[in-house]
Amino acid sequence: MDTPLSSRDGTAVEYTDSRLQRLLHQAAPQLQTQVTADGIETFWVPREQLRAALNCLQGQAFEMLFDLTAIDERVREHRDGQPDADFTVVYQLLSVSRNRDVRIKVALREGALELPSICDLWPNANWYECEVWDLFGIRFAGHPHLRRILLPPTWDGHPLRKDHYARATDVDPFTLDAARQDREQEALKFSPEDWGMQRQSDDSDFMFLNLGPNHPSVHGVFRVALQLDGEEIVQAVPDIGYHHRGAEKMGERQAWHSYIPYTDRIDYLGGVMNNLPYVLAVERLAGIEAPPRAQCIRVMMAELFRIASHLVFYGTFAQDVGQMSPVFYMFADREKLFGIVEAITGGRMHPAWFRIGGVAQDLPQGWDRMIREFIDYLPGRLDEYQEMVLDNRTLQRRTRGIGVYSHAEGLAWGASGPGLRATGLDWDLRRKRPYSGYEQYDFEVVTASGGDCYDRAWVRAEEIRQSLRIIRQCLDNMPGGDYKARHPLTTPPLKDRTLEDIETLIQHFVNSSWGPVIPPGEASVMVEATKGMNAYYLVSDGGTLSYRTRIRTPSFAHLQMIPLMSRGLFVSDLIAIIASIDFVMADVDR
Amino acid sequence: MAEFMAIAIRAVAVLLLLVVSAALLTWAERRLLGLWQDRYGPNRVGPFGLLQVVADMLKLLGKQEFVPPFADKPVFILAPAIAMATMLMAFVVIPFAPGFPLADLNIGLLFFLAMSSLAVYAVLLGGYASNNKYALLGALRSAAQALSYEVFMGLSLLGVVMQAGSFSLGQIVEAQRDLWFCIPQFLGMVLFFIAGIAESHRLPFDLPEAEHELTAGFHTEYSGMKFGMFFVGEYLGVILISALMTTLFFGGWLGPVLPPWLWFLLKTTLFVLLFVLLRASLPRPRYDQLMAFGWKCLLPLALLNLTVTGLVLL
Repeated sequence: MDTPLSSRDGTAVEYTDSRLQRLLHQAAPQLQTQVTADGIETFWVPREQLRAALNCLQGQAFEMLFDLTAIDERVREHRDGQPDADFTVVYQLLSVSRNRDVRIKVALREGALELPSICDLWPNANWYECEVWDLFGIRFAGHPHLRRILLPPTWDGHPLRKDHYARATDVDPFTLDAARQDREQEALKFSPEDWGMQRQSDDSDFMFLNLGPNHPSVHGVFRVALQLDGEEIVQAVPDIGYHHRGAEKMGERQAWHSYIPYTDRIDYLGGVMNNLPYVLAVERLAGIEAPPRAQCIRVMMAELFRIASHLVFYGTFAQDVGQMSPVFYMFADREKLFGIVEAITGGRMHPAWFRIGGVAQDLPQGWDRMIREFIDYLPGRLDEYQEMVLDNRTLQRRTRGIGVYSHAEGLAWGASGPGLRATGLDWDLRRKRPYSGYEQYDFEVVTASGGDCYDRAWVRAEEIRQSLRIIRQCLDNMPGGDYKARHPLTTPPLKDRTLEDIETLIQHFVNSSWGPVIPPGEASVMVEATKGMNAYYLVSDGGTLSYRTRIRTPSFAHLQMIPLMSRGLFVSDLIAIIASIDFVMADVDR
Repeated sequence: MAEFMAIAIRAVAVLLLLVVSAALLTWAERRLLGLWQDRYGPNRVGPFGLLQVVADMLKLLGKQEFVPPFADKPVFILAPAIAMATMLMAFVVIPFAPGFPLADLNIGLLFFLAMSSLAVYAVLLGGYASNNKYALLGALRSAAQALSYEVFMGLSLLGVVMQAGSFSLGQIVEAQRDLWFCIPQFLGMVLFFIAGIAESHRLPFDLPEAEHELTAGFHTEYSGMKFGMFFVGEYLGVILISALMTTLFFGGWLGPVLPPWLWFLLKTTLFVLLFVLLRASLPRPRYDQLMAFGWKCLLPLALLNLTVTGLVLL
């Protein structure tokens, strides 16, 4: 096993293993390296050599295209040593077998915003390339169907470009006149050919069913266009973007600190779990390490939210296969859990409670009693749920062998989290790349073997028990000390010495009003969130705002797999598949 | 004339009673589900939330009578009426007490089967006339389900008919003076109950309206009182099947001490509760699984039951 590439103290690590670099150099002779704060090896390749370089990396066991995004570099000041670029397209690859990352960057000039598509190398590049086209206006030659994926097809401009407005108040008020309404209506018309569907085959006319964006089982505003032969699915094409709120664009307008509440609303069932990768990435940029107590509190809260999220999954999963009652029991348990969250943080679903350098407050008196009661209470309930839901024969018949993907397919499509673990792969970042002190905890990485809907549910049910184990260890071993790092860039800044000398007073005033200035650099930090691997890729230009905030979410990758999982099955199977994925539309569209 | 008036009064009384109890059943179901699901259910309007029924009814009546422009208007309006009418008609033959069926037909059981077959048309026509894809899928499912389950529903009852030697429900009850048919016809009872759940489109056999798959299935496009009629029809179906379970297998009005009508009411209520409990606990099978279960498992069992009963009687 290779040594981890990033050091835990948050400083950059010089990359020394030259074998990969040598290999890459053969594929792309004009290779340039870049040192980033997260220590992920980063190479710049010219556009012509991109495919050769990526081909080479795929041969080196980089099975997963972890992320594909872009940066508008036109107003960025701190780019020391990087090739000139107006736009940069960033490919982040992940090797599960070697537990390594690599980042490939391509510089583009404004007149020639086009790259070769890599959909043939990694199938999940499809949606990512669409997203980059949609938000940055960069074309991908050879893409099967490059289209706007998050914004309506009638949208003017590419919003993540720096010259695109960020607020409605920056432009003329919105009006919907008759002509525009007609245009929008026209754009909404469904034409099967645009979706890559045929109207009939040799022996039957197909029926097209529009499932969503308002449908009881699509868990939010999500649409699947179905091509049906009877009730059998010929093709299922997901359509996303109904929940897009421009979270990444907002990141460029919010101070580092004031963006934390926005992260809560990405995976809105995950609560503080969303804060974690964000604050970890900022800390990596700023060189802050959270003190042990803060780390332990973070782990405990994150695991509490993992349970809350899995409980929602468990209940709605049962509900979607027609079992009416479990969701009520599980929501009641979740309500108990929110009682604890409320006592500790003051918030419930979206506490926005983690801070750069630690957490917002120390734990309140009596927190341990509340948590102990809960973790003693839940296992008994979980046994009941097991009997009620997972042991139910009808439910098993509905979900076993349905929506199967292998672990190779999962990796190729960017799957992660319980879905990937259900295929038998024990890929859990908490174990493979411990962050926030996860290496100190004793827990099992739950895996199953079938990779079907049932296994995905089973893995999550077991993960609740493992989370309880972790929480118990937090409870028994909660370290003392500070709940926030003693570092000038933490937020809100430390106040205890502000009345002693003018310098600390000024520093406190400036950092509270404008927010901290984070040193220039780039960092991407991934965590094992409730639904899979969630990463924040932050670019700082040495200001009080982020220059680019990229949120890589697990749900986006998972929804892209729906056509793969549902072909040839029935509509009711599709519902079971959708239920078993456990996605949140805000996590998909951001 | 007096005789006619008596019958008319009886009919109106039964009609009112049934509609009121179907409406009350909506309240009872929601309260019971609440009880079993660790929550309250409707408890605000009136004592124990009983007036919720009235509130719901007023709401449904107050809604705009809307027919979607793309629907087949006459059929669209006819369908919910069929749903309610067929169910009410079927009650004509139910003996609530000795000598108190509205019509003591000597083919009572066949009449019930005929009415329940007709009820399928409500769903079928409603789904077809809505001109909506979800409704169409619901109607298709309903047709297939009815076809499969009607077959052995009839077969499962033949054992009872053979033992009682009559199609008249009154005589079937009388034939149970010594022994309720639920013991000799145990298999038949189970089969009939399963078919009955399918007949009334209740979970776990609610595929024609499976909310999580087909939004509301065949009644997706319905609103206001037209929806209300489908709704009441469904609850009447629940009461009807429960009443038949009582009549055919549990001795109808027979029982010691208490007056016969009370016995009938108690037994029927018990089965209604069972319906609600089933809804609270079971998931929904897939459509093809439901079909396979009907044809491959229940139908042979029904035939077996029939054969064995025949052999024993001979």
